[in-house]
Amino acid sequence: MSRPEGMRGSRRSLQVKFVPDEDVLKHISDDAGTKVRKDKAQLSVSVKRFVKKLENISDNEAQEILEEKNYVAALGICAQDPVGNGSNISGGEVYSFQTPKRSNKMAELASELAQTPEKNVAPDHSKCPEKMAKTPQNSKMFLLMRVFSLLFQSKKKEFVSTTPYRLRKRLAAPDPYLESESEYSASCSEEEDEDEQKEVSTVLPDQKTPAKTKAASTPPPRNSLAKKNKEQKMGNLVEEYFEAHSSSKVLTSDRTLQKLRKRRLDQQTLHDLLKNAPLAYAAEIRDLNQQHESLFSKWMLQLHLGFNIVLYGLGSKRDLLEKFRTSLLQDSVHLVVNGYFPSITVRSILNSITEEVLGHTGTFRSPLDQLEFITKRFKEDSSLELYVLIHNLDSQMLRGERSQQILAQLSSLPSIYLIASIDHINAPLMWDQAKLSLYNWLWYETTTFNPYVEETSYENSLLVQQSGSLALSSLMHVLHSLTLNARGIFRLLAQHQLEKKDNPSYPGLSFQDFYQQCREAFLVNSDLTLRAQLTEFRDHKLIRTKRGADGVEYLLIPVDDSTLTDFLEKEDEDV
Amino acid sequence: GCFVFKPSTKKRRLSDETAHDFRCASNDSEDTELRFVTCQSLWNQIKSETEQIQENLNKQLLDNLVSFLSRSHSDFQEKTTEWTCRMKFREIPTAALVLGVNVTDHDLTFRGLSDVLQDNITPYVALLEAKDCPGIKNLMQKLMGQLMKCDIDVDSLEDEDCVQVSQNRIRCSMPTLISWYDSVTKKTDSETPSKKRNSSSRHWQSPPVVVIFKDMESFTTKVLQDFIVISSQHIHELPLVLIFGIATSPMIIHRVLPHSVSSLLCIELFQSLSCKEHLSTIIDKLLLTSRFPFKLGEKVLQVLINIFLYHDFSVQNFIKGFQLCIVEHFYSQPLSVLCCHLVDIKKRVYSLSHDQCENVRRLPSFRWYVEKQESGKQIELLTNDSFLKEETEKLLEDLHVYHENYVRILRCLHVFTSSLPKYPLGKQIRELHCACLENRVWETEEYESSLQLARMLNKTDLVTMLQQCVEILMSSSGKEFDRAVEKLKEFLTQFQNLEEASQERDVSISPQKELQKKTDLYHLQKTLLELKESRRSKKLTKFEMLRFEVVDYIDSLVRRYLVPADERTLHEIVYFNAAAVLRGHLNAAPRTALHTALNNPHWYLKNPALRCDGGGISNKAPDICIVYKLHLECGRLINLVDWLEAFSTVVMAAEEPNADAASSDQVDDVIHARFIRAVSELELLGFIKPSKQKTDHVARLTWGGC
Repeated sequence: MSRPEGMRGSRRSLQVKFVPDEDVLKHISDDAGTKVRKDKAQLSVSVKRFVKKLENISDNEAQEILEEKNYVAALGICAQDPVGNGSNISGGEVYSFQTPKRSNKMAELASELAQTPEKNVAPDHSKCPEKMAKTPQNSKMFLLMRVFSLLFQSKKKEFVSTTPYRLRKRLAAPDPYLESESEYSASCSEEEDEDEQKEVSTVLPDQKTPAKTKAASTPPPRNSLAKKNKEQKMGNLVEEYFEAHSSSKVLTSDRTLQKLRKRRLDQQTLHDLLKNAPLAYAAEIRDLNQQHESLFSKWMLQLHLGFNIVLYGLGSKRDLLEKFRTSLLQDSVHLVVNGYFPSITVRSILNSITEEVLGHTGTFRSPLDQLEFITKRFKEDSSLELYVLIHNLDSQMLRGERSQQILAQLSSLPSIYLIASIDHINAPLMWDQAKLSLYNWLWYETTTFNPYVEETSYENSLLVQQSGSLALSSLMHVLHSLTLNARGIFRLLAQHQLEKKDNPSYPGLSFQDFYQQCREAFLVNSDLTLRAQLTEFRDHKLIRTKRGADGVEYLLIPVDDSTLTDFLEKEDEDV
Repeated sequence: GCFVFKPSTKKRRLSDETAHDFRCASNDSEDTELRFVTCQSLWNQIKSETEQIQENLNKQLLDNLVSFLSRSHSDFQEKTTEWTCRMKFREIPTAALVLGVNVTDHDLTFRGLSDVLQDNITPYVALLEAKDCPGIKNLMQKLMGQLMKCDIDVDSLEDEDCVQVSQNRIRCSMPTLISWYDSVTKKTDSETPSKKRNSSSRHWQSPPVVVIFKDMESFTTKVLQDFIVISSQHIHELPLVLIFGIATSPMIIHRVLPHSVSSLLCIELFQSLSCKEHLSTIIDKLLLTSRFPFKLGEKVLQVLINIFLYHDFSVQNFIKGFQLCIVEHFYSQPLSVLCCHLVDIKKRVYSLSHDQCENVRRLPSFRWYVEKQESGKQIELLTNDSFLKEETEKLLEDLHVYHENYVRILRCLHVFTSSLPKYPLGKQIRELHCACLENRVWETEEYESSLQLARMLNKTDLVTMLQQCVEILMSSSGKEFDRAVEKLKEFLTQFQNLEEASQERDVSISPQKELQKKTDLYHLQKTLLELKESRRSKKLTKFEMLRFEVVDYIDSLVRRYLVPADERTLHEIVYFNAAAVLRGHLNAAPRTALHTALNNPHWYLKNPALRCDGGGISNKAPDICIVYKLHLECGRLINLVDWLEAFSTVVMAAEEPNADAASSDQVDDVIHARFIRAVSELELLGFIKPSKQKTDHVARLTWGGC
């Protein structure tokens, strides 16, 4: 009876003072009648609201505390939403820590994925034993075998004979020079070819057991292993974190696309190839898109009611917006902005509004002035309406703070209706509360699974495969406009660079050496003329100069070797 | 990259175009016109209501500010030239306006403020924002631009052009500003009576120049300092008043400005209403009232409140969400045509078409209602349209009455729960409202415990609460609560009587007298136990009995009136419950959507080949999913060759049937091309970026999803 009282007392105040017995008794007996009820009440305020209670005592605004349970309960509701995203996924899954990775894990996963269809097509339980047998067979080729080697030692013997050699042959077929499987099969390579063996030595196979750090997403065939690892993983989470961050050294194989005996693909062939390749799941994607298209008139309504619409989700939303435009916006003035265009600026957007929509000829001192002008015009003339469609609002050129501010202010005008799409995973970080309230977004998830054809066609930073043709053509172009001597100078430099291409630490040709060579070839007569030529090259970004540790100037052509080879070949043809 | 499209034949879009959209949008053509009109008028009502509330809430603050401003330059007004005043003049009168973190709401406040100032104090008000003022020069430019524009507005528009031109040319400096001010005030002096009777009569001879810094925190320290120092030099020529809009705490002034500068300011602090109180008022006036037929369901309200509490504290956004709810409701619910004021219900119900009647019959709550009726009535309800209409009207009226009563009793209950220790049912009425909407509140543990706590209230509290309840119930127009009021009044008089009685009994001896002598712990314990025994059997006092009675009565009211809305028939018509939709639009998670699409394409593409259990993925998945899945297995850097190879392994396996013959260069190229596409798509999405660290490597940018 008196214990809870004491506890409660001590929570309220930490003051300790002497209390005579009679006072205690009096105090207790005063409200002893209600005591029983009170205590019960106390208990029934259950533990789940404990946090809340504490906050309530200390703080008046207690209900504002982050009571995660309520929050999740209220915001986590995504019931019966047909196109809803999987918001039932917790944040921890999407945003997690870096974990240490082994270099061969990707290949492993690939092999696992390669197996899955059999399982999918025939989830028949009668086939189970067969399936069990298959597992070691296929993975035999991979390093994983080592983990199992003790377990399956005896079984392996019998399976070796039944190994589907054809399958391995097929896997090896595309490019015998670069078979990733080969390096992993090194451990059980009694049947491997000689040349494959050779290849192994050039690679850096990380021969540690992959199983140790296997992620929880281990595919079904190795369920038992996955389970075991999961337990292990939980315990090692902290260690793994530090392991992953301990060394900055990255363990990846040293292979390069150079060694791939493959024709380089330029933009055009890539485009053609992809056009001919059938789009997977075309029917499903069409269904998906039709669902989105049914929302068009709703978008119109909401745009007119003062909201702006932003589309997100995997897949190009360009076609969708284009369809929206052609089906609903034909009768109204609208502006289409291709945000993915590499040279787009806010200025050009504003210019096209002032010049083409408002018919204003004149320049503005700053985008802000221009914005002010637009705002004024739209406020004056209430019959003026403009729909703005922006593909990729989050593109490189538009994601800057100032551009977003201007676009946000533009979109906050009541007679400008903005509908935009975003793709980048961090796109929402562009907007702070102020911008968000200006934009007044309504978010729509439109996962289309359409390939980003247009959006990625401008990205030349992309894989090295495509950069070649562009660099080559520009190289040719620039050089053709130069004098014969200048071309000769450049040729010399290129040849020298190609000779040294096997030296990874080649710093470039030093200026003095280069001058010497040029003189010998009767290309220049003084180092001043050479310098003049080099300035010309530098202006066209054909060469790069670097000052070495000893203060000597080194010259380098910042183009990869294959392009350079191509260039020299072309030059030879011309001459 | 920008293309403007103009329609070939310029069709003027009419104002009722929106209605057209609404019509197109909803698939059934019926009543859409009416629905849209209802929706619009409802929204307009609510909008004006919220604006009204906002105005009322800010009134106090604005009044204080206005009086401060009128005080600030009274000396200047009288043109005193005493030395002491001169000294004082070095200080710029400054109002620090603490507005709270909900930056997005500030705009409205400032707009109201500048309107009020222009009406009452001075035409010269300049609103400055940090983003426009990266340097002192820009600040002066902006300031003068705004001030001189005010001038144009006050003056006639005749010389607009010349001012417009000069505005860009004049050197922006304090002396220019002062000379401008002089000329303006002089002009006002000379030609006041004829030209601007209305405007200048409200302003004084030399009105102060008010400069409002909307977001004081984001201004560069240097700009602010320079401006203050410069203008303090000229304060005796130019009656300047500064207003700082502050989102954090007033301490920021002293942190941003060094002492030498802040000593030039004569700061007075003003505090605006906290956004939470603002929200409470809005909820009170919009939701807990029977003025508007449209209601929010529990989940929806919870979503809106959570967005407010956990994301932005912005009342504007809350109202925006509310607007969205209205639009969604009227758009998606064909029967929302009946969501109107009580007076219109009859007319609208009787003009319902047969299809709409069918819609009524399809409502789950109505079906539930029908099932409870006797069979004859059931048949009537399901077959006879006119009978159904009668019944619908009755039910809707019931619903209306229910809501009215609900609000009253909710407020009464809130009077009790808000004063209980530890607030088991929440402190704010909105929490109580949510709890009541969610399920039967009297079945919850929290309610149980709050009743028990209520049974321990002391008399004075209880009496004041009862009085409050009586007031609340009395304010209702209907006769519904007459009996309840009577009953409560009866309780009150009983308490009164009790008081008198107890005063008489006051002299009775307490039984503990004998315990006054010192005891040890053992004895104390023993006596206490005995006492407890005796208490258990002891009869409750009269007061306690009465208290129980009161609490039980309140409980009975709650059970009767606070039935959750979704147990009422036809609640679908007025309650909006699609919380998922609302959340998707307002509080979207783009990255989660991407994650789902990449990890589990089957969620979107309903193809059996894509179905996969566990965390795995089928090898028939779209290229980008496979590439993504493979890249998850890599560390910080990814070797493109390995990646390509792994990809082709998977893809070749997926295309097994015709793979035997193939292996030609053609296939390989296609796979290569597909790989390139997928990788560049991943780059566009921001998962990887090209890296110069190693040849043919890309760097990973995320760690999720593994």
